[in-house]
Amino acid sequence: MAGATNASGAVEAASYKTVFASLEDFSKGGVELINDDPRHYAFSNMYEVASISKPWEQVAVGKNMQYVLEVVRAEGQSGWRTASHDQFAVSLDGEVEIEFFTHGAPVDESVEGSVALAADPDGQRMGRVVLNFGHQALLPANSAYRMTASRPSVVMIQTIAGADTKFRWAEICQTV
Amino acid sequence: MSIEAGTPTSSTEPNAEGYRGFTLGQFSFRRDEYFAYISWPTGSHIMSVDAFLRAMQRDIAWDFFYGIVNFDGVFGTMNHYGTVDLFAGRYNDSYRKAELDYSENIDTPIIREQFKAILEDWTNQTFDPFASPHETGPAFGVKNGSNVDAITRRRVAATRMVNLPGDEELRNDENGHPLNRMFLDVPQDEPLVEAEPGFEGQLAGFNLFNYLARSQVTWNPSVVSVCKDSLFCPTTEEYILPIIHGNDRVEWFIQLSDEISWEVEDRDTGTMRSRVVMKAGDVCAMPADIRHQGYSPKRSMLLVWENGDPNLADLIASGQAPTYPADF
Repeated sequence: MAGATNASGAVEAASYKTVFASLEDFSKGGVELINDDPRHYAFSNMYEVASISKPWEQVAVGKNMQYVLEVVRAEGQSGWRTASHDQFAVSLDGEVEIEFFTHGAPVDESVEGSVALAADPDGQRMGRVVLNFGHQALLPANSAYRMTASRPSVVMIQTIAGADTKFRWAEICQTV
Repeated sequence: MSIEAGTPTSSTEPNAEGYRGFTLGQFSFRRDEYFAYISWPTGSHIMSVDAFLRAMQRDIAWDFFYGIVNFDGVFGTMNHYGTVDLFAGRYNDSYRKAELDYSENIDTPIIREQFKAILEDWTNQTFDPFASPHETGPAFGVKNGSNVDAITRRRVAATRMVNLPGDEELRNDENGHPLNRMFLDVPQDEPLVEAEPGFEGQLAGFNLFNYLARSQVTWNPSVVSVCKDSLFCPTTEEYILPIIHGNDRVEWFIQLSDEISWEVEDRDTGTMRSRVVMKAGDVCAMPADIRHQGYSPKRSMLLVWENGDPNLADLIASGQAPTYPADF
């Protein structure tokens, strides 16, 4: 349906629908090859990766030297984790509660990526953040954090590759 | 041919259409009602002036960005982070084979200031080079005022994360960031943040999608979160990326909403390598030896993920780091 005439003099649509995706409803694009190797693009879809992941697995969907972009299928409650550096979490589907505590077992600065805590944090409760679709949160350096999701959800994490980062390129990426 | 720094610049009196001409080393620039004309010792080139100004706006706003900013298949800049190559035909196979390519290496402050002068003089009051074609009037015609506010927007670059105390603030109606007409259906709720006494300001969150839905500009990545050299640089895209970006490092695209098609070419020759279609949730690397241009039929949200390591371009150029992200 036609809408208003805009600054350029063209007539725009009366309304627009923004297309997002979810764990239950995603559609994947792809690389149409002309003269290249599809593996150079490491093309994947975060919702598809989450759909085949176990809860709380940190699967790398992007890697730029030591830095990674992890996708996590958030379902139930995670273990407690920490990192020597800031990380950032974005909810791409569902509601995810993140609890934060201080703790007495800081990770050495030389250790990158998130690390599982061997026991519940022994420090003070810092608070909590509840993310819904499209929300981003800081996971502050040296804090202990734990996530809870009452239904299967998807979280994207900006971080550095660590011992628990899963690399499954051949499984998740377009190869032909 | 390459000429080293110490580059002279000049400008002329306004021509019959009211626009000044400029020189930058042995490059010269002039415009008339429809076109920008560029000449150098071995050749000359012509571009539609709206495309030229849109490209120049990004080149200035990004301070020459990572790698190569091709204005089109002939003319552009390559960033050496302190100096910039201004080139014609350098990344065009035909120009190279005919030995008609030409470049000058220019100290960044010199090219930055002359580019700003050109952009300011050639942008009329009716034209916003950052806006989508639906959101701006024409670039064409004789000199008709200026649009300094539009071309000197501050680039948003969070130092840690948007909405942390002392960092970049949220966008809202009150600070001049209304919802874009194509994102009126994007949820506006903000995350719940509950900090215990003594920890105020240490926990933070924000609605990234609402933040992006309120962007005034297109094809202009801005930093929202920083993990050492890992930079989340989301942007909203509509119509065509006004430059062809040639990578000097691997760059990642994460499609957050809607759809973008990318034409991917060899960085140095311009020959086609692939076409990439990205839908919401798709993730794709752009290798360090390609150039790309995106097409977004409806305003979309794209997360550009960069590694800002200042040593990375040299590591890749010298073969010490790969041009693609992973072996598998």
